[in-house]
Amino acid sequence: MRVALALLALLAVPALAQDVKKEIQRYQQMIAEGSPVELYELEGEALWKSPQGPNKVSLEKCDLGLGAGVTKGAYARLPRYFKDTDRVMDLEARLLHCMTTLQGRSIQDATRRLFGNDDRASEMELLSAYVAGRSRGAKMAPGTGHPKEQAAFELGRAMFFHRAGAWDFSCASCHGEEDKRIRMQDLPLLYKPQYARPVMATWPAYRVSNSQFKTMQWRINDCYRQMRMPEPTFGSEATVALTMFLTVTGKGEPYRGPGTKR
Amino acid sequence: MAAGPMKMRATLAGGYTDVRVLMTHPMETGQRKDADGKIIPLNFIQNVEVKVNGRTVVEAQISQAVSRNPVFSFRIKGGAKGDRIEVSWLDNQGLTNKTEAAVA
Amino acid sequence: MKPLRRVLLGAFLAGLLKPFAALAATWNKDAFGAKSAPDALKSLGASNAAASKDLVIEAPQIAENGAVVPIEITSNIPGTSSIAVLIEKNPFPLAGKFEFKEGALPFVKLNVKIGETSDVRVVAEAGGRHYTAAKEIKVTIGGCGG
Repeated sequence: MRVALALLALLAVPALAQDVKKEIQRYQQMIAEGSPVELYELEGEALWKSPQGPNKVSLEKCDLGLGAGVTKGAYARLPRYFKDTDRVMDLEARLLHCMTTLQGRSIQDATRRLFGNDDRASEMELLSAYVAGRSRGAKMAPGTGHPKEQAAFELGRAMFFHRAGAWDFSCASCHGEEDKRIRMQDLPLLYKPQYARPVMATWPAYRVSNSQFKTMQWRINDCYRQMRMPEPTFGSEATVALTMFLTVTGKGEPYRGPGTKR
Repeated sequence: MAAGPMKMRATLAGGYTDVRVLMTHPMETGQRKDADGKIIPLNFIQNVEVKVNGRTVVEAQISQAVSRNPVFSFRIKGGAKGDRIEVSWLDNQGLTNKTEAAVA
Repeated sequence: MKPLRRVLLGAFLAGLLKPFAALAATWNKDAFGAKSAPDALKSLGASNAAASKDLVIEAPQIAENGAVVPIEITSNIPGTSSIAVLIEKNPFPLAGKFEFKEGALPFVKLNVKIGETSDVRVVAEAGGRHYTAAKEIKVTIGGCGG
């Protein structure tokens, strides 16, 4: 606690604040260079290829937007509109769709364990790691041409700024003003491209604070929990809209692959 | 319980071979409690060995203070494409795992 | 030869007793069980380690999360045969000891858990002598704590 206060005091002095920022950047760089992220991508690949469900098929024919079974570059083009479901979907909503249609699994079965824990990542987390990894280097280019894609963006933007819940918070309460910080964490201004780009280019990610691999659906779910808002439904229109808003705001950035974050 | 996945990459750098190995392991300190309030027992990798073409070059003893899902980097003198690198580990409960890779 | 000694020698020769050195090398219980850095150093026989600028610790001064703190150690001391890593304020300071045989460079990068702001101390053994260097790493809890 004393250390945190001492560091906070340092941040009040501009020159020293820069040093603190630099050291934190160094921390972030070093953990990224020595991160277990790849293990999740590997496990995810194995899972992608394993036959499951009543239909006993793998997800290898899943259409993520670039055609059945095409994983390379697919994540960078999400969220997008899908004709077969007539809705805009993000990666996880689409994975859920493939699990229920291709593999014949029930919604209950496929959503039984959406978010993992210390010992075992969830299927969604592993599959997300693999599929996202396959977009490494690709420019982020979510769908923007279809009217439903545009509507999703507008809904996401409205939600970003809409205050609600027990504490009257919106996403913008934390992520809507310059130079805001929670303890030692700089809060990126997510509605501005320069801040959204590096953030969206590194999700899903391995989080060292709980040694787990986490996805955007989890991130939104957890932010809502922290905002004392009702829990959003997995892959819902609302969560996809928020992800669409953030991804469009960050578009053009080369996707760096699953990240390593605090 | 089988050991989780392990991955290693060995790449030629300037005059040495960079060996990066990722291990899946809880590295439990024996100080955490589970949901029921029971202590989660000590469970951590104690020994790590690095071999080049069958010969041991690094022997490590580590403690539960090493982070969960350990990632290590080592450096081998020189090295050539195709050299066989093997990294193995042994934990305090007798579980082991190993992985091999050729220097690229 | 005294009777007990003869029995022990017999047992040793019969392979029933491993030489003390082989058992101790498997995992140094004493050193890893030491609750203070000086005690751990004593178990390693490194109490008289001399400070050395040729033992380089590359690590961030601030760790956003103490569960994973990256540390990179390079020894430029000729003939380095081992590097030990200690986190002084941890309940059990010794985090690892790396022995480098012919063919390995005295270098290691690892991620460690640091419970609170602490000095990270490394000890290198070279030519039968010990050398040491330390670096303070501040540990903080970032963000929403979640």
